[in-house]
Amino acid sequence: MPAKRIIPCLDVKNGRTVKGINFEGLADVGDPVELGARYAKEGADELVYLDISASKEERATFTDLVRRIAQRINIPFTVGGGISSVEDAARLLDAGADKITVNSAAVANPQLITDIAARYGRQFVVVAIDARQIDGEWRVTTHGGSRLTDRELFSWAKEVEERGAGEIMFTSMDHDGTRSGYPCDTFARLCDSLSIPVIASGGAGSVADIAEVLDAGHADAALAASIFHYGEITIDALKQQLTEKGIEVRR
Amino acid sequence: MIAVIDYNMGNICSLGNALGRLGAEWVLTADHDVIRNADRVILPGVGNAAEAMANLQRLQLPELIWKLRRPVLGICVGMQVMCRHSEEGDAECMGIFDAKVKRFPAVPGIKVPHMGWSRISNLESKLFKGIEKGSYVYFVHSYYAPLCPDTIATSRHPEMYSAALKYENFYGTQFHPEKSGDVGERIIRNFLEI
Repeated sequence: MPAKRIIPCLDVKNGRTVKGINFEGLADVGDPVELGARYAKEGADELVYLDISASKEERATFTDLVRRIAQRINIPFTVGGGISSVEDAARLLDAGADKITVNSAAVANPQLITDIAARYGRQFVVVAIDARQIDGEWRVTTHGGSRLTDRELFSWAKEVEERGAGEIMFTSMDHDGTRSGYPCDTFARLCDSLSIPVIASGGAGSVADIAEVLDAGHADAALAASIFHYGEITIDALKQQLTEKGIEVRR
Repeated sequence: MIAVIDYNMGNICSLGNALGRLGAEWVLTADHDVIRNADRVILPGVGNAAEAMANLQRLQLPELIWKLRRPVLGICVGMQVMCRHSEEGDAECMGIFDAKVKRFPAVPGIKVPHMGWSRISNLESKLFKGIEKGSYVYFVHSYYAPLCPDTIATSRHPEMYSAALKYENFYGTQFHPEKSGDVGERIIRNFLEI
C-alpha cells in the first residue's frame, strides 16, 4: 500500500489564496504559488487548488496561476472549480495540472467523467462528492451543499468509479467546517466498496481526527485547509504524530 | 541538449517544468536527426501501452531508439514500452528490458491503479546516487514490470516488482521522477550527469 497522503487545499479567488470560515468572511492567507511551495517543502504529498472565482475573467487568471504552479511545484497537484466540459479540463491539463476535480457538473452530466477519463486517463479525474444525511440516508448535494439531489452516496460513488474516475474526494456536508471530525463509519464503508482511492475532506479539527479517518475510516488521503493555513500545525509535525500512531506517511 | 520524444502520449508539461527547474535545455521532438544527436533522450508516456507502441511505430522510432548509445530514460508507460511485451492491449514492445509487463491482480484491499507515494529499495545504479534506500517516489500505474535481471530498484504493491530498470545505456522508471519532490529531482539530475 502506498503511504497515506496529506493534502492541503487552497481556495483561490483573483489569484490569491482564501479560506472560508463557516462559508462567510473570506480571509486572505497568501500567494497560492508561495504557499503551495511552502507546503511542498514541509512535506505535503499533493496540493489541491480550487478556483472559487465567479467570472470568466477571473477563470483566465486561474489558468495563468496553474501554469505558474506547475513551473514551481515538484509534487502532484489537482485543480478544480467550475470545470464543466472536456475543454475546461483540457485547458487546465495544458497549463500543467496533474489532475482535475469535478463536482456539481459531474452530477448534472455524468458523461463528463467518462469523456474526460477516456481522453486523458483515469489518473487525471478526481470526482468530488458532497453528501449529507437525510433520514439516515446519505444523499448527494451540489453547489457547495446548497442543493439536494436524488442520488445516494454509495451508488453514485460506484457509478463514478465505473465511469472512469481515478479517485473520489468525499465531504460530509454535515461535518464540513465544523472541525468536529469525520464520519468514520461512512468513510470505511465507502472506501471498502471501491477499488479507487478515497480522499477524506471536510471536518478535520485535530490530528486525532485525521488519524482516525486514515486508520478506522480506511481513507487513502486526508485533505485539509484551515488547520494548515492558520499555522495550527505544520505538515511535518502532523506527519510526525501520524507516524507515532503507526500510520505510514511519507517523511 | 535533451530530446524529449514527442509521440502524442499524454502531457509532458510536468517533465518539461522539472527539466526547466534543473536549468536543462530540452526540446520536444520526433525528428530522427535531433533524437540521434541528443546528449540525453527521454521517452515519457501516460496512457495505454498498445497505443504508445503503435504511435512509436508510426514514427519509425523503435529501431532508432534501439540504436541510441547515449543515455535514454523511459518514464512510466515510456518504460513499459521498452520492455518485451505488455498485457495492456497485448502489445509487443521494444524488447530492450527483459520483462513482460502485467496488470496488477485484483486483490481485496489493494487499490488499482497504484497511485501515490511508495518506497523504493534495492537501489543499484548511478541513477540513484545520493538517494536513500526506502525513499518515497510518486507512482500512478495499473501495469507493472516483474522483477527481472534488469531490475535496478524495487517497490511493493503488495508484491515486489521493478520500480526501475536498466540495460546498458537504457534506463526506465515506473514512477514519475518529475512529480517525486526533491528525491525525483535528484534522480533526474543523476540521469543528466550519468
